[in-house]
Amino acid sequence: MIAMTAPLLTIEGVEKSFFGVSVLHNINLTLQRGHILGLIGENGAGKSTLMNILGGNLQADGGHILLEEAEYAPHNPAEAARRGVALIHQELNLFTNLTVAENIFIDGFPRLKGLPFIDQRAIKARTRHLLSSIDLDVSPDVLVEKLPPGERQLVEIARALQTDAKVMIFDEPTTSLTTRETRRLFALIERLRASGTSIIYISHVLADVYRLSDEIAVLRDGELVACEEKQQFTTARMISQMVGRNLEQLYPERSAPPTDKVALEVQGLSQAGMVEDINFTLYKGEILGLFGLMGSGRTELARMLFGLDLFTEGTVRVNDVLLQHNSPSASIRQNIAFVTENRREEGLLMESSVAENIALAALPSFALSPLQFIRERRVRERVQQVASQLQIKSRSLEKQAVKSLSGGNQQKVVLGKWLMTEPGIFLLDEPTRGVDVGAKYEIYTIIDDLAAQGAAILFISSEIEELMGLCDRILVMRNGEIQATFAREAFEQEKILLAAFGEDETHEPH
Amino acid sequence: MTPVNKKWVEASSPPKEHQARESSVVRIIKKILLSEYFILYLTILCFFILWIIIPNIATPYNLGNILANLGPLLPVAIGQTFVLIVGGIDLSQISIMSVTSVVGAAVMSYQLDGTLLSASPLWGNFLSVHGSPVGNTLWAVPLALLAMLLTGAVVGLLNGGAIAWFRMPPFIVTLISMTLFGALAVWLTKSENIFPLPVSFDTLGSGALLFLPVPVVIALILALLGHLLLGRTVFGRQLYALGANEKTAIVSGLPTRRNKLLTYVLSGLGASIGGILYTAQLGTGSPALGTDLLLDVIGAVVIGGTSLFGGKGKVLWTIFGALFFVLLDNSLNLLGLSYYVVTTVKGAVVLLAVLFNVLRVRIQERQ
Repeated sequence: MIAMTAPLLTIEGVEKSFFGVSVLHNINLTLQRGHILGLIGENGAGKSTLMNILGGNLQADGGHILLEEAEYAPHNPAEAARRGVALIHQELNLFTNLTVAENIFIDGFPRLKGLPFIDQRAIKARTRHLLSSIDLDVSPDVLVEKLPPGERQLVEIARALQTDAKVMIFDEPTTSLTTRETRRLFALIERLRASGTSIIYISHVLADVYRLSDEIAVLRDGELVACEEKQQFTTARMISQMVGRNLEQLYPERSAPPTDKVALEVQGLSQAGMVEDINFTLYKGEILGLFGLMGSGRTELARMLFGLDLFTEGTVRVNDVLLQHNSPSASIRQNIAFVTENRREEGLLMESSVAENIALAALPSFALSPLQFIRERRVRERVQQVASQLQIKSRSLEKQAVKSLSGGNQQKVVLGKWLMTEPGIFLLDEPTRGVDVGAKYEIYTIIDDLAAQGAAILFISSEIEELMGLCDRILVMRNGEIQATFAREAFEQEKILLAAFGEDETHEPH
Repeated sequence: MTPVNKKWVEASSPPKEHQARESSVVRIIKKILLSEYFILYLTILCFFILWIIIPNIATPYNLGNILANLGPLLPVAIGQTFVLIVGGIDLSQISIMSVTSVVGAAVMSYQLDGTLLSASPLWGNFLSVHGSPVGNTLWAVPLALLAMLLTGAVVGLLNGGAIAWFRMPPFIVTLISMTLFGALAVWLTKSENIFPLPVSFDTLGSGALLFLPVPVVIALILALLGHLLLGRTVFGRQLYALGANEKTAIVSGLPTRRNKLLTYVLSGLGASIGGILYTAQLGTGSPALGTDLLLDVIGAVVIGGTSLFGGKGKVLWTIFGALFFVLLDNSLNLLGLSYYVVTTVKGAVVLLAVLFNVLRVRIQERQ
């Protein structure tokens, strides 16, 4: 980048790691006054971590940041706001139960002189002024919950303007917006730039990034792999930079080919606003990849297949038997297992021991009727078998709480819980998320073993490489629909990515 | 793009290695503090200290008193333990006790004073000067016991149904049923007591078995059953899972709604058994029975160490907690303190116990 004047924001050698796993390594970036910097990268590349450091939610382990040539290391979001850095969140960060004006002034209400009361007249007048400056025609008194997502986003921007933000960070701002709202947002962003505000724009929609940005920076595995003027980029180059070649990640050789026996057959599955007309077949011994961006409907689909959420149309057959009751216990009886994307919240009892977690789902099969007394010794033996099969590293299965295990071992505990129920179909939603490289390989091996033993596996992931490394076929979802299916011979990273990102959108002007 | 949750960072931070530097005394103190028998140790210690201040505390008569107070409280507290383990609360137990008392006494009454009870809506259609229609038969007591247990189970079913199926908050549901059924007990009797009760029923409260009062024997049998149910059965294990993380329990296919419902039924049954024993001790069916026992019940469970946040608790702990609470109550009464002072001190002790448990968890996490 060619710097004409002193940059507004300079990031020098920033480092960050969680539990010894490096998530940001030696990041160097500069942001000019009145420029828009596009920031792209795959999930897990470190974009959000970097933005959380700028926004004061996290602190860097090393390196430093200069804002207007002064040291900038905010300890909390309030300090970041005081210094003029505003983070417009991916999930909107407003109090929906309060009014627009109250939300804008939540960090510091002006008071009536000498009284502990809010100066309502002042905040309303100021809010009206701010709202008109961004062309948002709503009353300051309206409750935020009454506004559509697009207008809520504008309220967040108004809040940033109220604190005189010099740097505004947009993290995936268009995911919940309609095309019209998006267009309006872009017009506003361009106006902000014209008035001298600097903007960091993070998005998976590469066409938007290309359209808005002056410079584009690419993060991959916590490192900055490129930062150049946008003219240097094409969509294809952005994708190849994001994906790169990753030599550390290896995948086990598939030990057995899939069979032609059907395990799971999904026909015409639909649920308004979530998924539409989903059709696919999963065979025994097959690892079927399901690729899609956040919000593409992949997780929703898995939850419906497992009976956690309802669908309005379509049928699901397991081993040629129609799945009747939509509940997890009915699915478990049909030998389906579901590893959720969020193991801490939906997969594990964090405070309980490894053994208790592994035994949880399969307990009834170890019980003596009629009072269902547990045959403790059998449970213990089986838990030990499963734990050693999965090579769970734990000081004591009975005593160590799951929360003190590493991410990889925690995930193995979730897998172990399901192995106990001896399922024939595994729905795995992001099974390697938050797991370090070594443990990832172990999990891939486990998945391969399961498939070799005849299990059918639906492997959902937003990491394209692991799907290509392990799967027999890959389905690509976008906007709740299956866009394309790729057989292993036809795996081509850029084609799969284009199907997921939306080929046409890259050309469509907003 | 995983924004790291602060709580998670804290929870999974590696164990700090400072134990080696601690002296053995500190380690022993810590061990006692963290032991699940801590409340038992504390109860025994308190007993000996109190013995010096109030020598009367160790007379056979007073020890009998302590046990007599423990017996009926324990079943109620054990029922509450189940509910707290799944992260709920049952405030209605005290009203279940009073309704149970009134209903049971009405069913088994064999002669009544018309001047007292003639205002009751039951008078004339169910009750008369000759008691209830079954009052003078051999079936009076068994039918009364059945009716009492049924009362607790039905109220528990209503509570549990509202909480498990309609996802209403336990606090408000059981607060309302506490009010409602408390009022029902008063309305049924127009605030009058129902007595006398059959002698065979009264022996449930005053009899002895192997030198132990019958209520204590019944309470200990129930405690054993509760202990086995919680610790050894699939149902018990699933309750802990439900209290620890409902979402995980649902995804793991556990019958979470059924289990939640059952804990309130058990809590209702526990309360009605407590009601039976108190009624037998009093020899009277009283609509005021249990009205000031809420602090005692929840206090006993919480002092024992069962978590109000769910996922943690044991019947054994509740026995210790109840023992401590009964001893506290007894010694305060022996000191001749007024009702107000006694209540204040009891409240303060429960508050301290909650604080202590919070601190204990924090120390445990640091280990």
